[in-house]
Amino acid sequence: MKTTVSVRQVSKSFGKKTVLSEVNLTMEQGQIYGLIGPSGAGKTTLIKMMVGMDVPDEGAVNILGTKMPNLTMLQHIGYMAQSDALYGELTGEENLKFFASMFKMGKAEQKQRISYAADLVNLSQELGKNVSAYSGGMKRRLSLAIALVHDPSVLILDEPTVGIDPELRQSIWQELTRLRSSERKTIVVTTHVMDEAEKCDRLAMVQNGRILTEGTPEQLKRQYNAAGLEDVFLQAGGVRP
Amino acid sequence: MRIRALVRRICEQLLRDKRTLALLFLAPLLVLSLVNYLFQHTGDGSDVKIGAVNVDAQIVESMKNQGMDVVSYAQADKDTLEKDKLDAVIVMKDRAIHLILKNTDPSVSKAIRMKISQTAASLAEAALQKGKAAAAHVAMTTDYVYGGADTNYFDTLSPILIGFFVFFFVFLIAGIGLLRERTSGTLERLMATPVRPGEVIAGYLAGYGMFAFLQTVIVVLFGTLVLGIPLAGSIWYVLLVNLLLAFVALSLGILLSAFAASEFQMVQFIPIVIIPQVFFAGIFPLDGMASWVQAVARIMPLYYAADALKSVMYKGLGFGEIAVDVGVLLLFAALFIGLNLRRLAFLYRK
Repeated sequence: MKTTVSVRQVSKSFGKKTVLSEVNLTMEQGQIYGLIGPSGAGKTTLIKMMVGMDVPDEGAVNILGTKMPNLTMLQHIGYMAQSDALYGELTGEENLKFFASMFKMGKAEQKQRISYAADLVNLSQELGKNVSAYSGGMKRRLSLAIALVHDPSVLILDEPTVGIDPELRQSIWQELTRLRSSERKTIVVTTHVMDEAEKCDRLAMVQNGRILTEGTPEQLKRQYNAAGLEDVFLQAGGVRP
Repeated sequence: MRIRALVRRICEQLLRDKRTLALLFLAPLLVLSLVNYLFQHTGDGSDVKIGAVNVDAQIVESMKNQGMDVVSYAQADKDTLEKDKLDAVIVMKDRAIHLILKNTDPSVSKAIRMKISQTAASLAEAALQKGKAAAAHVAMTTDYVYGGADTNYFDTLSPILIGFFVFFFVFLIAGIGLLRERTSGTLERLMATPVRPGEVIAGYLAGYGMFAFLQTVIVVLFGTLVLGIPLAGSIWYVLLVNLLLAFVALSLGILLSAFAASEFQMVQFIPIVIIPQVFFAGIFPLDGMASWVQAVARIMPLYYAADALKSVMYKGLGFGEIAVDVGVLLLFAALFIGLNLRRLAFLYRK
């Protein structure tokens, strides 16, 4: 298996507050990697380092063998932020087109990728509408389409299913699974939702800037002798259920 | 390519925001018209009270016919003028006219002066035709109680106003534009693509610069063609100065938007950044003021833009006379753009 994302001995503090300390993670091609942990655990900081918007105080984040931050590497990373960062005055298509224009691709390719990404998230019929008229779920789907529009080999999704109804959540996860299996993408996902964590190939539990434990969902459950991941999480954090 | 996409996005956003478009293009015309109306309808030279000392009956008659209220005095000076609330005093002595103008309103003074000299000239011509050569020459000297001969309010005010509109609206719209981009997370999202800070700033400059350019064209054409504001020099220099001023306003707005957490906080910059500049831009003549006041004016971009616009529109001067102002505006723009680039790079491109 080819390593696509590697986090080596990463530490980061803002002032006196330590946000990440000595974090080590390895992610591979064709893998859905889940980062779970409470709010403020350092997940988003870690993700920002992967997209090069923050730098570690110590250690290094490498993506596809290149040390981040690196501008050309962003061409291969698809990022979906926690909040829907969309231009409300513009239509869905104009949003897609704008973000696609930030990446290197030909006109014909751009057109084809936009219709592919819109199709993928089931928004083809709504592309002409202004985003301000979109529902919360539609905005989330459009954000995902934007993350996919330049065909990145690494997808970094910060809580992709927050505020989405169960049906849509399922369809997004089906899509992520398909992207993993048939397109061999590396998908990094943060989540609070334990049944989503079950669907990841590997998991890392983050708390107070440290990796508490790491492994496949089965490994973690066996390690802590727990029935579900929720128990694993509580036990790993030192809280007895 | 990326810059073009940024420009197109800004245009699409603005064109869909009809209220903002109206603010950008119609509000300046409305305000300019109102101010113009205010100045046109105070003091057109009639309806004034004038003291006359030893003035020819013919001239007095002619003045009265023009609607002036003429009061005869045996003797009058500046004190009389003040005491009896006169607008002017005319003293005739040995075929020379001495005019004392109160000059609280320069436009009134200008009108009185023009009417008196016209009256005197037409009478002199009539005298010449009758062969009275001795009466032909009428010398006129003018004295002012307040101010001087060059005071001319609206003519110098309108170029300042045009510069002000560009600065104010571009500052506000670009500042709020970037603020919303920051608070909605689209700026962060944008910086997760391979775009460079320079491309983002260039896109913003070009996108909003286009609207500032269009605004200037509309305001200048409306002002000169409809309102009759003097445009003695080249309109291209006016556009050049306003475009530079727009760049300064744009980059300053973007820079300050970093220190605002909401649209309301952005609006709070108006009394701090905009209003002092208006006062120091030349609405009040700064020449006689304390040196520190003049020094304060020197750090305000609008001061240079107003000076350049006045030189071109009112005085009809060429590029040589505004080169320094243009240079300083360029420096301001370069400074603010540089600070913006550093900030963007510091926040998102470590």
